[in-house]
Amino acid sequence: MTEPLLSVRGLTVEFPTRHGILTAVEDISFDIMPGEVLGMVGESGAGKSMTGNAIIGLIEAPGRIARGEVWLNGQRIDSLPPEAMRAIRGRRIGMIFQDPLTSLNPLYRISDQLIETIRTHLPLSQDAARKRAIGLLDDVGIPDAARRIDDYPHQFSGGMRQRVVIALALCAEPDLVIADEPTTALDVSVQAQIIDVMKELCAERGAAILLVTHDMGVIAETADRVAVMYAGRLAEVGPVRDVILAARHPYTAGLMGAIPRLGENLVRLNQIPGAMPRLSAIPPGCPFNPRCPRVMDHCRSHRPALSPIEPARKVACWLYPEVTEA
Amino acid sequence: MLAFIIRRLAQSALVMLFVALIAFVIFRYVGDPISSMVGVETRLEDREIMRERLGLNDPVIVQFARFIGNALQGEFGISYRLQQPVTELILSRLPATIELAFASALIALVVGVVLGVYTALNPRGYFSSGIMAVSLIGVSLPTFLIGIGLIYLFAVELGWLPSNGRGEVVDLGWWRTGLLTESGLRSLILPAITLSLFQLTLIMRLVRAEMLEVMRTEYIRFAKARGLTRRAINFGHALKNTMIPVITITGLQLGSVIAFAIVTESVFQWPGVGSLFVTSVRDVDVPVMAAYLMFIALIFVLINLVVDLLYFVVDPRLRAGKGH
Repeated sequence: MTEPLLSVRGLTVEFPTRHGILTAVEDISFDIMPGEVLGMVGESGAGKSMTGNAIIGLIEAPGRIARGEVWLNGQRIDSLPPEAMRAIRGRRIGMIFQDPLTSLNPLYRISDQLIETIRTHLPLSQDAARKRAIGLLDDVGIPDAARRIDDYPHQFSGGMRQRVVIALALCAEPDLVIADEPTTALDVSVQAQIIDVMKELCAERGAAILLVTHDMGVIAETADRVAVMYAGRLAEVGPVRDVILAARHPYTAGLMGAIPRLGENLVRLNQIPGAMPRLSAIPPGCPFNPRCPRVMDHCRSHRPALSPIEPARKVACWLYPEVTEA
Repeated sequence: MLAFIIRRLAQSALVMLFVALIAFVIFRYVGDPISSMVGVETRLEDREIMRERLGLNDPVIVQFARFIGNALQGEFGISYRLQQPVTELILSRLPATIELAFASALIALVVGVVLGVYTALNPRGYFSSGIMAVSLIGVSLPTFLIGIGLIYLFAVELGWLPSNGRGEVVDLGWWRTGLLTESGLRSLILPAITLSLFQLTLIMRLVRAEMLEVMRTEYIRFAKARGLTRRAINFGHALKNTMIPVITITGLQLGSVIAFAIVTESVFQWPGVGSLFVTSVRDVDVPVMAAYLMFIALIFVLINLVVDLLYFVVDPRLRAGKGH
């Protein structure tokens, strides 16, 4: 069996506030294999983006990684000094942001931003970096790349800008790309194109993807495996087909049930009753218990750990006898 | 862009016309020009003849048109007090004020930006908190007090620097500069610091606030996620975006620095247009006051124009975009 590219163990992210410590991400563990696409899905505030930021070392103060480890290719990276971590960002882990309208610096040409990033990580001359930048823009599907490269961000449409962002994330050939809601800010009509470009380029380069999104449709089309997050914890992890067709965790089942299907004659859209708890008021026991249709007394006082129930699947729910206490 | 420049030029001309009207009203109606020009013993008939000869009996609109016409040729009449052409008088005093204003604007800009960036990047440091506290004093203390304090410390007690005048000047024909002699430069230090202090704290606080704002933007986070060096992020990506509002304020402040050099020039007896204006006010030397008003307005208008054009240089979004 090959070694995982990324291994997250017991990661916990905390925010000290005046009213006590808020735990945004608690004790999550997962692996990403080389070249694999792991989808991370959940409602807003479930801690998906926070997990991505923690891996790449960009948690904004006063937030901090309180416990846990992040390993990349056998190297522990969560406790590296800032300068060593900086050298990993962009070089070994690339990141794609949500909103292409705000993630490019408006005052710099696309060429400046690409060449600057390439030359930060690779020992290339200005000319060689420029050639590489043009090649990248070509790869992400920007027509007439050699001419457009000297344009400013505002001269591109939203979809084109997201292609530029992808080129920027990939320009030093990272092993892992963290894509944080890469299509949420885009028109539905270009979402599929962006996902295709991202997936194809990463596959060509053998880069793995951590795809953070709340869009189950995107996950279904793109990911190999899916990790479902709820209230800062992993609820379920498994191969994408298995999870979609036969969700084990009631929360996952609720998520799947909330996706309307064509041809279905719905009067109302299905929804999970209630709302995800605030970080300051996560209930004891299973965090999903107040909204769970299959809640048992045990769930209200005992917290389930993410435990293997089938060879490739893990779930944190007391419905399954294999599950242990956290 | 051309249309923009033309529109701005037209607006500037309108502003200048309005200021000219005010200057004209001061010139014509503050006191009686004839009594200011002649002695008490001049007979009434002679006064009337003079009034007629100078065109003071013409309709107001004709007089205003004549005033504008003269102003366009740089003609503002004769100073009552010094009996010299006003324009000549102002031009001879101008180099002193401009050198002082630019020296203090330079100090304010360089020190202000450096301290602003520093305090923004180290918001929780002791040194930053100290600077912020001191800057409050800088904003709230009046200029003359700072000037007198500096004179007391560095000129009277320590005796390091001269307390007044420009020192030796070198005549370049059309410009008398104090920048080429040691005594000239030494004389410049105290008044330039005094004049710069308010602008300095203003620029510093502005840079700090803007920089903190910019550091929170997505493109800075993305720059960090790409592993760019701290240097490249702070001084390339962040500072350039901070500069747009700073240019505006600095430009406008340069105008105020020239206009409000009056106080500093009085404290340090600096022979510039500001002290010329103060003595003119004291002696009701109306032509000088009117010309000074026009001159300050012209500087403000010109600086505004330059600031607007600078936006185009800094911000590509304002330039006519191809493929947009």
